[in-house]
Amino acid sequence: MEFEAVIGLEVHAQLLTNSKAFCSCTTKFGSAPNSNTCPICLGMPGSLPVLNSKALDYTVLMALACNCRINEVSRFARKNYYYPDLPKNYQISQYELPVAEHGWLDVDLVSGTKRIGITRIHMEEDAGKLIHDEKKSVSYVDLNRTGVPLIEIVSEPDMRTAEEAAAYLRSLRSILVYLGICDGNMEEGSFRCDANVSIRPRGRQALGTKTELKNMNSFKNVQKGLEYEIERHTEILTDGGTIVQETRLFDPSSGSTVSMRSKEQAHDYRYFPDPDLLPLKVEPELVEKMKKAMPELPRAKRDRFIKDFGIPEYDASVLTAERPLAQFFEDTVAIFANPKAVSNWIMTEFMRAAKGQDSGLISSPVNPANLAKLLGMIEDGTISGKIGKTVFEEMWGTGKAPDDIVREKGLVQVSDVSELTKVIAKILADNPKEVSRYLAGKTQLLAFFVGQTMRATRGKANPQLVNEILTVELDKLKN
Amino acid sequence: MPNLHEKSAAELAGLLRDKKISAVEITKSALERINTLEPTLHSFVNVYPDLAVTMAEQADRMIQDGSARPLTGIPIAIKDNMCLKSRKTTCGSKILANFTPPYDATVVNLIKNEGMVILGSANMDEFAMGSSTETSCWGPTKNPWDTERIPGGSSGGSAAAVASCQATVALGSDTGGSIRLPASFCGVTGMKPTYGAVSRFGLVAYASSLDQIGPFARDIKDIALMLNLLCKHDPMDSTSVPVQRSDFSTFLDKKPSGMTLGVPVEFFNKLSNQDVERSLTEARKVFEKLGVKFVELSLPSLDYGIAAYYVIAPCEASSNLARYDGVKYGHRAENFDGMIDMYCRTRAEGFGPEVKRRIMLGTYALSWCYYDAYYLKAAKIRTLITQDFKKAFEGCDGIFCPVAPAPAFKIGEKIDDPIQMYLTDVFTIPVNMAGLPGISCPAGFSSDGLPIGMQIIASHFQESKLVQLVSAFQRETDHHLKHPAI
Repeated sequence: MEFEAVIGLEVHAQLLTNSKAFCSCTTKFGSAPNSNTCPICLGMPGSLPVLNSKALDYTVLMALACNCRINEVSRFARKNYYYPDLPKNYQISQYELPVAEHGWLDVDLVSGTKRIGITRIHMEEDAGKLIHDEKKSVSYVDLNRTGVPLIEIVSEPDMRTAEEAAAYLRSLRSILVYLGICDGNMEEGSFRCDANVSIRPRGRQALGTKTELKNMNSFKNVQKGLEYEIERHTEILTDGGTIVQETRLFDPSSGSTVSMRSKEQAHDYRYFPDPDLLPLKVEPELVEKMKKAMPELPRAKRDRFIKDFGIPEYDASVLTAERPLAQFFEDTVAIFANPKAVSNWIMTEFMRAAKGQDSGLISSPVNPANLAKLLGMIEDGTISGKIGKTVFEEMWGTGKAPDDIVREKGLVQVSDVSELTKVIAKILADNPKEVSRYLAGKTQLLAFFVGQTMRATRGKANPQLVNEILTVELDKLKN
Repeated sequence: MPNLHEKSAAELAGLLRDKKISAVEITKSALERINTLEPTLHSFVNVYPDLAVTMAEQADRMIQDGSARPLTGIPIAIKDNMCLKSRKTTCGSKILANFTPPYDATVVNLIKNEGMVILGSANMDEFAMGSSTETSCWGPTKNPWDTERIPGGSSGGSAAAVASCQATVALGSDTGGSIRLPASFCGVTGMKPTYGAVSRFGLVAYASSLDQIGPFARDIKDIALMLNLLCKHDPMDSTSVPVQRSDFSTFLDKKPSGMTLGVPVEFFNKLSNQDVERSLTEARKVFEKLGVKFVELSLPSLDYGIAAYYVIAPCEASSNLARYDGVKYGHRAENFDGMIDMYCRTRAEGFGPEVKRRIMLGTYALSWCYYDAYYLKAAKIRTLITQDFKKAFEGCDGIFCPVAPAPAFKIGEKIDDPIQMYLTDVFTIPVNMAGLPGISCPAGFSSDGLPIGMQIIASHFQESKLVQLVSAFQRETDHHLKHPAI
């Protein structure tokens, strides 16, 4: 029997607000344990939450980007469970009435575009972290993260393969990062994903028994975890077994999943409206304000790049994956109006250099003006493309302008025919064996003479001219 | 000056202004009174003579340099569930017996800025759950009128302290009658303001949607002064309502003639105590003489008030009290085996039986299969009660009714019968359910000399009407001027 998988994702995204969701503590990462805390996020007796309006702004922004209906009135609810990283032993979340519902995202797949439904987007607060001592049987609690605002984005069970799920997850992340409301870092946990997965015989409507997958902290692991789980379900059903509804943990070291808790052990969170927070009103003015603040989103930008700049879809997708990169491209093209050349350079030299640099493009030592200048110098023949790469490396290393580097290092391209003819004559004279082999028909040796010429001019020779002169000079020797 | 402790805040403020006495003298007189009476009454969990004298000295400096405010130098007791920075705030519970808050409640801040003098923390039912102050882990407070009886609860310590002149005024909190009931049983005036009128920030929560802080005093003038201090919008409390507040003192001398009081038939049908009936009838006559009209009205949904309250309040409490787990502060069990066992033992040891009862009730009622049947239904009843009141206030300025079915009962009389204990609050609970302001004012005495209070309820943010009505009543009567012979 052929099965198809049914996958829905629950994504938690940490919002990039300066202060926590319900108190004024900083959300700064990496401070000493428990230093970013106050009576409110510590859940001290008598303390009360007050919503950070920035968190609501960001949630509305994401809801609009996901084509959601925004509820004029939503409610905060308490999710009750005991855990030492949760000081109040309840999490302020939303349950029956989330901020936004009924949205969708168009996701690009190899097979075409697919629309994935978004069930809801709601706000909640993050929990702290437990640090387990490896030597002693004690655990420590760090509450710096407690109360950091999160949004949970719940999808419809619209994905059919692990690749689709990964593609949806990538577009979600891309949008969040575009909006500047989440840093999208999966390894550090500011972008987290749980998956619900089941399988059913292809063509059947009814859903199979699902399992919930947790602990997949990279795109690769989401895909691997889902693939494993789909395979596991398929084997069980093929062997005539039944799926147990349960929560399973992905183990990255083995690439498999293990049972965490069964349905019977599932928590009863005893949700009820949080009496400390009034019903949350989203005024139409706020929605309008956020609509105005909405930047161009990745897909729209990609389509515009294809249309306006005439670059291939692949280039456009790569360039629009991150907002600063797209901006860099546009800024460069605005000065140097050869989009394909700019795209080539950004996708190769530039991205290679920018890789492994944490701060990314924002603090890139090469700015669009200098890149445009460099490309201009290549185009007008001042330097060769090859020298251009050297200059670029120097630009990246020193932050200097390309014309300064070219002048200081004397890298201006040699395009003087008589000078190049002299150099070439000497090379031909110095390599009689190669010349005779060439004349005997081994024409591939032309590359050898080009190389020799470039070396003799320390790469500054205009390669096109060198080719032309070499052909002429060697032809002369034929007779 | 003799009998300094018996003077009202308004009188003391006058003497301080005229420099006839100092705040330190007043404070020392209060501390002496506390010393004398505490072994008998046990109104306080902690008395802070050092803090009180320091605050009194500060008050005297404010008076000297002309920065005194209306209540500067007045001694106050605060209920043991309001956070007082660097001093113990125990909520009458073993689980918080060693808890010292690192911050002040908003009301404590207001008191400090006013230059009032905090004498100590007043005894209360554990986590404000009770009607008698018997569930305090520190033992019960005695009623100053009869020390074999309870003072009412849960703010019994605050009421007893004011009634016995240990403190001039006090703060209590009222979730289902916890200010009005002890005010009635102890013969003092006590008001629960509109929900959202006084900040709850720093008030250790029992049932967040019902809790409200309010004042105790020996007359309405002092209540008005306290309301002026307390009723302020607080951005730290999302449920605090930003409304324009009037000067409540300006309503003290307004004549009530032409005002209308509603009499809910359901309430009076329930009355079986002759003393309460007689006191209420006499009080009604006083108002009628003042030109106040009475109309009968019906509040049919109020019959379900107690049932709905004992779903909503425990539900919220079960969640509010979840934080007491031994991990961060408060009591932690000494011997345990693993994390879950630590939670269980800590809470088993730290909470008393009434608190446990309500946590279990609430946990059950919120559980997945029962949520609709209990919490949701109770929330609907709450809406109906609110609508009943709203309709009633279309035809009257206030609702006139008893505070409690009978005067103060004996210590131990109801502690083993929770249902009987809960029924004590039958007339006060609906007011919290609807978030309305309600006042308890001395209206007479039982044949055996126990105080009996009347309750007047007003529409949202109409505390000024309560001040106006009770002020007129207290000008005509002397129940509030009587002191217990202690």
